[in-house]
Amino acid sequence: MGAETFAPETVDAIVRKNGGTSANLILMLQDIQTEYRYLPHDALLYLSDKLNVPVARVYHVATFYKAFSLKPKGRHEFHVCMGTACHVRGSKLILDQIARELDLPPGGTSKDLKFSLDTVNCLGSCALGPLVVVDHEYVGHASLQKMKRIVANLKKKED
Amino acid sequence: MERLTSFAALEEYRGQLVAGRDPQRVMVAVCAGTGCIGCGANQVVAAFKKELAEQGLADKVEFRATGCHGFCERGTLVVIHPQRVFYQVVSAKDVPEIVEKTVKTGEVIDRLLYADKTDKDQKVLHEHDVPFYKHQRRLIFGNNGAIDPTSLDDYIALGGYAALAKALATMQSDQIIAEVKRAGLRGRGGGGFPAGVKWESCRNAKGSPKYVVCNADEGDPGAYMDRSLLEGNPHSVLEGMVIGAYAIGSNDGYIYVRNEYPLAVQNATIAIDQARAAGLLGKNILGTDFSYDIKISRGGGAFVCGESTALMASLEGQAGEPRAKYVHTVEHGLYNRPTNLNNVETWANVPYIVLHGADEYRKIGTEGSPGTKIFSLVGKVNNTGLIEVPMGITLRDIIYNIGGGIPKEKKFKAVQTGGPSGGCIPAEHLDLPVDFDKLYDVGSMMGSGGMIVMDENTCMVELARYFTAFLSDESCGKCLPCREGLTQMRGILQDICDGKGQDGDLDLIETLAGTIRECSLCALGQTAPNPVESTLRFFRSEYEAHIHHKRCPAGVCPPLITYKVLPDRCTACGACKRVCPAAAVEGQKKVVHRILVEKCIKCGQCYEICPADAIIKE
Repeated sequence: MGAETFAPETVDAIVRKNGGTSANLILMLQDIQTEYRYLPHDALLYLSDKLNVPVARVYHVATFYKAFSLKPKGRHEFHVCMGTACHVRGSKLILDQIARELDLPPGGTSKDLKFSLDTVNCLGSCALGPLVVVDHEYVGHASLQKMKRIVANLKKKED
Repeated sequence: MERLTSFAALEEYRGQLVAGRDPQRVMVAVCAGTGCIGCGANQVVAAFKKELAEQGLADKVEFRATGCHGFCERGTLVVIHPQRVFYQVVSAKDVPEIVEKTVKTGEVIDRLLYADKTDKDQKVLHEHDVPFYKHQRRLIFGNNGAIDPTSLDDYIALGGYAALAKALATMQSDQIIAEVKRAGLRGRGGGGFPAGVKWESCRNAKGSPKYVVCNADEGDPGAYMDRSLLEGNPHSVLEGMVIGAYAIGSNDGYIYVRNEYPLAVQNATIAIDQARAAGLLGKNILGTDFSYDIKISRGGGAFVCGESTALMASLEGQAGEPRAKYVHTVEHGLYNRPTNLNNVETWANVPYIVLHGADEYRKIGTEGSPGTKIFSLVGKVNNTGLIEVPMGITLRDIIYNIGGGIPKEKKFKAVQTGGPSGGCIPAEHLDLPVDFDKLYDVGSMMGSGGMIVMDENTCMVELARYFTAFLSDESCGKCLPCREGLTQMRGILQDICDGKGQDGDLDLIETLAGTIRECSLCALGQTAPNPVESTLRFFRSEYEAHIHHKRCPAGVCPPLITYKVLPDRCTACGACKRVCPAAAVEGQKKVVHRILVEKCIKCGQCYEICPADAIIKE
């Protein structure tokens, strides 16, 4: 995973990779998000300057799309699918369970940056529902007890 | 491979490929679509590669990791050609036995065969005899199981790019448009607008350059056919786009794909590079004067970007806010230039129409909606997966013959079609033939083809609340009726679910729904009241039970239900007591347990864990 502090060279490389045009602003922000697990304020200012795009527009885009976060995300990310198929199979209870076990509200990140909990609208793997993605691994047919175990294991690993 | 510079070169290359492939040779196809990957398909693929190499079979047996086969419920799927022996729920540890027995000697492994839920002894040997597949018509989706999506050769060997060659060699652009119009192809993304008419308007529009764009921003929760097509057969989408671009007179295009679909992004990128290298995309396609190239753009995770004007704003690097549509995108779209946008499935239909002609295409489907449609059949149904059926098939055929009915013998309640903007169709309309117009008549819509089946345990009020909350979150906020209207509607529905509903709420919802429908800027808002209105139309009594009797008949809304132990079923095993996070279960060994209502937080863990089904929700 990437460094926590913003480095101009990293953003330079991302801008170059995406052709340097402001039409590719979203793609650049995606790469910055991947690099830092969030969009650092300084990186956005730098990008605005570099592309000659108003800061307001950069922020308009950065706050419009779900893929972006202005706050750092945790090392372990839980994404609970809230698509319709998962919903009718009880994903709300699963979300509540993880929120309880992590002591985090949906959308929240723990203070020690160990865990983040987010919802996602549909991952298109409806047969596996209810579905939770834990650190990019699909956990299909999630049950309340299964999630409890997964959280406990990750917590143990982090201690 | 070498660049193909003429139609003859493509045919010659295809001839070589076909001649070099023995149709009787054993071919193992493993489904490696996203659904099966979630069930461990990558491990199965690795195990096959290792086992075939170790047994010295790597040259004798062909192996393909393919895109989605559709029957996601039973993943990982393995099909052994040429007989098409169908194995389901395969894991990596089954692989050595499959190679040893079925691949080497043709011996069938009974335990991996499909058996119907109603009759466990009735095993089905071949893929095409499995009820899930038997009732389908897999015109567009069928090749997914036969090709490696990263192999251009596989696509060409099965006749790929022949439609493009035919179009470039023998058809004028207006002939192509006429053919697509005559075929009656309607946009598969939701609106159902005739594709040929759209193409014609874009062709006739003044201005250049023109753009031909593919919408792969499949945001409808519960629908994933576009992802599976782009993942499993990307060249079919590219071929359709190139034909469309030729007909419209465009040289530039984009595929706008959801960032949540990494495999689709990857496979489409590979396909574009391959097609370009082969002279099927880019400059001077197949040696002609026609050039057309495609770039991929990844979305940022906003549902509204499936809307055409929002998508184009997003392609320009802006926030994806729609604009009023009295200025048509076919005239003023991307960068204010004429732009033709169709979705993945629509483009994938184009090669078939060009190759076989409109008359052949019209033989499938209904008068007003020719062709097939891919649906994702999900929710409370036994056979979850992607299905492709002729338009006009009844809901009953889909849900019972293909879907295998409702799990655990529960009662069918409704099917939700059209995504968050669609509606719920109750049991009385099960014999409705499914096409664009018929679904509209019952207050729903085709949408992109999500079909979510619901049983008696689904609360329709809560479902309406869910969709309204979804749309309210996804509303871009530009126009007031959608932004504020949905927020208010969500609040009222939440109150009803929480047991705080009042007299007059339903009237208020209906008034609000009318305003949102009439006054919103884009289709997101205009169709947003559908889930509420359709559930009110067919399930009004459930709303009334919530408001007047403070009861949730389906047992879903937490504030309106209580968990209870049935004393005569309780075995006093203590599982519920151990699992309860709120210490709300009372009981000891050999003493029937009891849930303390005042302490219970209604998390549902006791209900899930009880081995004797002794806990109920009322």
